[in-house]
Amino acid sequence: MARFGMVIDTAKCVGCMDCVVACKTENEVPEGFNRDWIVQDVTGSFPTLHMEIRSERCNHCDNPPCVYCCPTGASHVHDLGGVVLVDHNVCIGCKACLASCPYDARFIHPEGYADKCTFCIHRVEKGMDPACVSVCPTRCMYFGDVDDPNSVVSKLLASRKYHSLIPEAGTKPQIFFLA
Amino acid sequence: MKISAATISLAAAGCALKSGTSSLGTKEKRKGIQKIPTYCDICFWKCGAIAYVKDGELWKIEGNPDDPLSRGRLCPRGTGGIGAHTDPDRLRTPLIRKRNRGEEVWQEVTWDEALGYIAERMQKIKSEYGPEAVALFSHGIGGNFLKHTMKAFGTPNISAPSFAQCRGPRDVGFRLTFGEDVSSPERTDIGNARCLVLIGSHLGENMHNTQVQEFADAIENGASIIVVDPRFSVAASKATWYLPIKPGTDLALLLAWMNVIVKENLYDKEYVTKHGFGFEQFAAELLPYSPEWAYTETGIEPDVIRETAREMARYKPATLVHPGRHVTWYGDDAQRSRAIALLNALLGSWGRKGGFYYPVSMDVPAYPYPTYPKPAKEKVDNPNHKYPFAHETITTGIREATLTGQPYPVKGWFVYATNLIHALPNEEETIKAIQALDLLVVVDVIPSEIAGWADVVLPESVYLERHDDLNVEWFRKPFTAIRQPVVDSPHDQKPNWWIAKELAGKLGLSSYFPWSDIEEYFKHRLSAAGLDYDELKKKGIIRGKKQPNYFEEGVPAEFPTPSGKIEFYSLQLQKAGFDPVPKYTKPDPNPSGSFRLLYGRAPVHSFSRTHSNRILSDMMSENEVWVNSSIAARLGLQNAQYVTLKNQDGIVSNKVKVKVTERIRPDCVYLVHGFGHTSKGLKHAFRKGASDAQLISRYKTDPLMGGTGMNNNFVTIEPAEA
Amino acid sequence: MQELTTTRHNDLVDPVLHIWGWEIPVYLFIGGLVAGIMIISGYFALKGQYKKNVFSSFYLPHISLILLSLGMFSLFLDLEHKLYVWRLYTTFKIASPMSWGAWILILVYPALWLNTLIRIPDRFKDVIPIFDRLSNRINQHPFLIKSIGTLNMLLGTLLGMYTGVLLSSIGARPLWNSAMLWMLFLVSGLSSAAAFVHLITSDRYERQLLAKADNAFLTLELFVIGGFISGLLTSTAVHIEAAHLILTGPFAASFWVFVITAGIIIPLVIQLLAVNNKVKHTPVAPIMVISGGLILRFVIVYAGQFSHYAHQALSK
Repeated sequence: MARFGMVIDTAKCVGCMDCVVACKTENEVPEGFNRDWIVQDVTGSFPTLHMEIRSERCNHCDNPPCVYCCPTGASHVHDLGGVVLVDHNVCIGCKACLASCPYDARFIHPEGYADKCTFCIHRVEKGMDPACVSVCPTRCMYFGDVDDPNSVVSKLLASRKYHSLIPEAGTKPQIFFLA
Repeated sequence: MKISAATISLAAAGCALKSGTSSLGTKEKRKGIQKIPTYCDICFWKCGAIAYVKDGELWKIEGNPDDPLSRGRLCPRGTGGIGAHTDPDRLRTPLIRKRNRGEEVWQEVTWDEALGYIAERMQKIKSEYGPEAVALFSHGIGGNFLKHTMKAFGTPNISAPSFAQCRGPRDVGFRLTFGEDVSSPERTDIGNARCLVLIGSHLGENMHNTQVQEFADAIENGASIIVVDPRFSVAASKATWYLPIKPGTDLALLLAWMNVIVKENLYDKEYVTKHGFGFEQFAAELLPYSPEWAYTETGIEPDVIRETAREMARYKPATLVHPGRHVTWYGDDAQRSRAIALLNALLGSWGRKGGFYYPVSMDVPAYPYPTYPKPAKEKVDNPNHKYPFAHETITTGIREATLTGQPYPVKGWFVYATNLIHALPNEEETIKAIQALDLLVVVDVIPSEIAGWADVVLPESVYLERHDDLNVEWFRKPFTAIRQPVVDSPHDQKPNWWIAKELAGKLGLSSYFPWSDIEEYFKHRLSAAGLDYDELKKKGIIRGKKQPNYFEEGVPAEFPTPSGKIEFYSLQLQKAGFDPVPKYTKPDPNPSGSFRLLYGRAPVHSFSRTHSNRILSDMMSENEVWVNSSIAARLGLQNAQYVTLKNQDGIVSNKVKVKVTERIRPDCVYLVHGFGHTSKGLKHAFRKGASDAQLISRYKTDPLMGGTGMNNNFVTIEPAEA
Repeated sequence: MQELTTTRHNDLVDPVLHIWGWEIPVYLFIGGLVAGIMIISGYFALKGQYKKNVFSSFYLPHISLILLSLGMFSLFLDLEHKLYVWRLYTTFKIASPMSWGAWILILVYPALWLNTLIRIPDRFKDVIPIFDRLSNRINQHPFLIKSIGTLNMLLGTLLGMYTGVLLSSIGARPLWNSAMLWMLFLVSGLSSAAAFVHLITSDRYERQLLAKADNAFLTLELFVIGGFISGLLTSTAVHIEAAHLILTGPFAASFWVFVITAGIIIPLVIQLLAVNNKVKHTPVAPIMVISGGLILRFVIVYAGQFSHYAHQALSK
């Protein structure tokens, strides 16, 4: 069974927001809302500084609290790849899932349902990469099957230092940032 | 009565439909997805793109995989290009001003009326002052046909702000050294560089697509990266060495680097001996510029200067000291750029892999037009060749002539796709010059500030709705690209080729537009080059045969300089009374309690032209003023608080958010360029953030080529009133 | 020094979570109040003391039906996709406390209604004949009355607990992530219910009894709050930070003044004096208790949304 995840090389990421714009146009995300975003994490004092730039989104966790808390089953794990999706016509907009996500990855779409990154499942099912991965001009984003040891993502994780976000929350996120 | 009312409304509807269609016919709303190739126009890079139309509506834009510039991936601005088409604040119809200039009160008119008005005024100016009294300010490939009309009209005064307000100094500096410009796109071989030196260049925030992509390649290949910048930019965060230089002292660092490299014999001896002229005198001039001396000017430790110099030499000739792009900083910019050229020459990177390649292009003949009339007067921008090394027209020189009437009056300005209020320094001078004109015509897509001052505003279709001139690109790999309509213009907007042709018609210059529409023009040129128009329409790009890019591949090592060699010592500079080897001058000190204003780019915006694009403004809706944390603490400023900036001439900015950060020196502040719009028509962008251009009232003119150094303004910070 | 900036600016989520406004604390308060009412009146039914405690037994269930409907309406107002609310009742998600709650609320209505049938008030007799017949049948079988009492106590407890379980299961908001939250909501609901009776009943015996009960609940509540806070303070860094939001931070004033002092301690002292006949029974203390219960819900819901794992500073 495939398990989809993303590996993002922060050494190459320049935080240009192409991933954000591509997602917006591909998925017709309404103005004012973000399914993905750029974080700049700066430590140190001038001029000895370190900055990690991250393109963040829903982590499509293996232990997703947003799925467990949903009272209608709208928030669910897809058959393919462990992708976490929301069925718009089952969602009542109670926002329990927004509260339960430690990454604050979800938002309420103007039409009333909970919305977030879908790993562009409509593209992935056709063999394409998610829009953000496809557009990235520095080619720092990789998408694939983390359970397949021969996939690009697995090979990167095996060869480089990486971290995921808020691991102590126990959500088992599937987005990995190469140092 | 009823029937006639119905007839009128039907007729009105019919007119509305007709005026909304492109002259090439209506595109019906077809079901399904169409992919139409074109090239982007959000900036001037011209990345090949494929626009997707879904059920008749523009859906998204992706890079054209065949395009060598974008390699199939657009930058965030190109990806957000559909926002330019859907922008509700776009110019819709031709406008003629009803009241005083700048009041932005308009009369909507037809194209016929507008162009007739323009032609009449232009003929009047011609009869009173000569055709030379009309000047064109243009930016981008969309200006090509207007330039053609203007040349046919008989004026030599055709300019682009990109020379005197942007890349001009570096092209002059490199010409004086190697005999050639740096080119656009820059002939920088970043992807193959093993050592990359960026001086003020903030790749990653400055989103020149190809360069950022190659920058990522260089990082992946483990290149040694040296970044020199008063601000800890994104590029600085990728650097092996970050040098937090004092603003205005880059030339001292460059001279010290060259001093070390020459003294320690680290330069490419074979290359310098073979290709260099005047090396011994050059080396002698470098003697006083020790790292210890440079430290007192720049604040960079002498050891660091030595280490980084040695690092550059370690990887030669694959060491690229990037010449930057917008380098109009302190008024000595051509000489500083020459110093960069000289440093590259010492390292042997010109014409070598990892340094500077030789760009090539396909051979697509120009259209055979009748000869242009020879203007009776010389260009007005550079009287008596005051700036002897300016090889392009100086925009601010035209402005000066408009203000003074010397060497001869300039009475008409035609402005295409450049917001002069944000592009030229000292807004007051620009407005004064405008008031001296008999005619100001602005062609734009949005109601920019310069459009607000016009007599006539002509609304252009955005790039997704129009054809433009063929892009026969000069690049590593040769190719030809087409821009073609993807969707119809929503209102009465027209493409530049049509505007230029119609205006020419009204000026009696139809003979200069012998083709009936642009597709005929394309077919003629392409068939002359042996290329198929239908193939180009379908693929968007036709690639040419590979040509050599480096000396080692067979490019002849010829340098079009007076000596025929790389001029380490420039006799032509000496003859003109300038330093044959660059000399350092100190920057002005900060007036007490104030901070030098530095400005730069954001990856989601271009110039001042994207802030009305709803997608891109959603990414970044306002700029912030970067203030060092210790300064903020001293002034009692909180992060995200609103302040105003006041410059040395008392000009006060719009209120702007403070970014309290460690990422900038305490002696300067930083703004992303292009915000603080004041045009009433830009409802969404109005008064968001602060305009750096407004605060740039003081500038230093480069004596070699007339470039306007704009980093010479100092601001104080005050909390904004609620 | 760390600078963390994000370009995200999502409504309801940035700069801090603010998805739940007054609708949720109001519902939580009403839900707790009704839960307490169900436990108290159910207890009296079970113990056969319903004839003695007239208000508790005969009026509270009716009032509860109205209160609960108001509470559920408040909940409905909070939904962003209201037309789909019926989706709650097409499934049962065992891991979702909200799903539990949806079904518990459905079951609470018949339980409350059965409770109202134990004694129909005189003015409503003969209005709906079938109700009268059912009421008579119930009164003929004391076992049925006891069962109705047990049912109300059980469902009341579940109702009072599940909201606390719901919030505590949201691990992403450390302030809520305490196993004691259901206890706090339950005991607070009981206290509010007892105060409610204390406030409204005209029967002196009932008033004295419920005031004593309230004192017990208030005392218990202090210990539960103590346990809640100490549990957070001895947990991880984010939990300690969360506890400080209400102890020393932006919510401290509301917590210490309106919840603890004016909501528990002062009314407890007054009511202790009252049940020992040192002062007269007045509405002052029970009103303070009820207000305190409402404000407790507001503080927990608002401060909880503020508490988080990673802090993201909104910059753009």
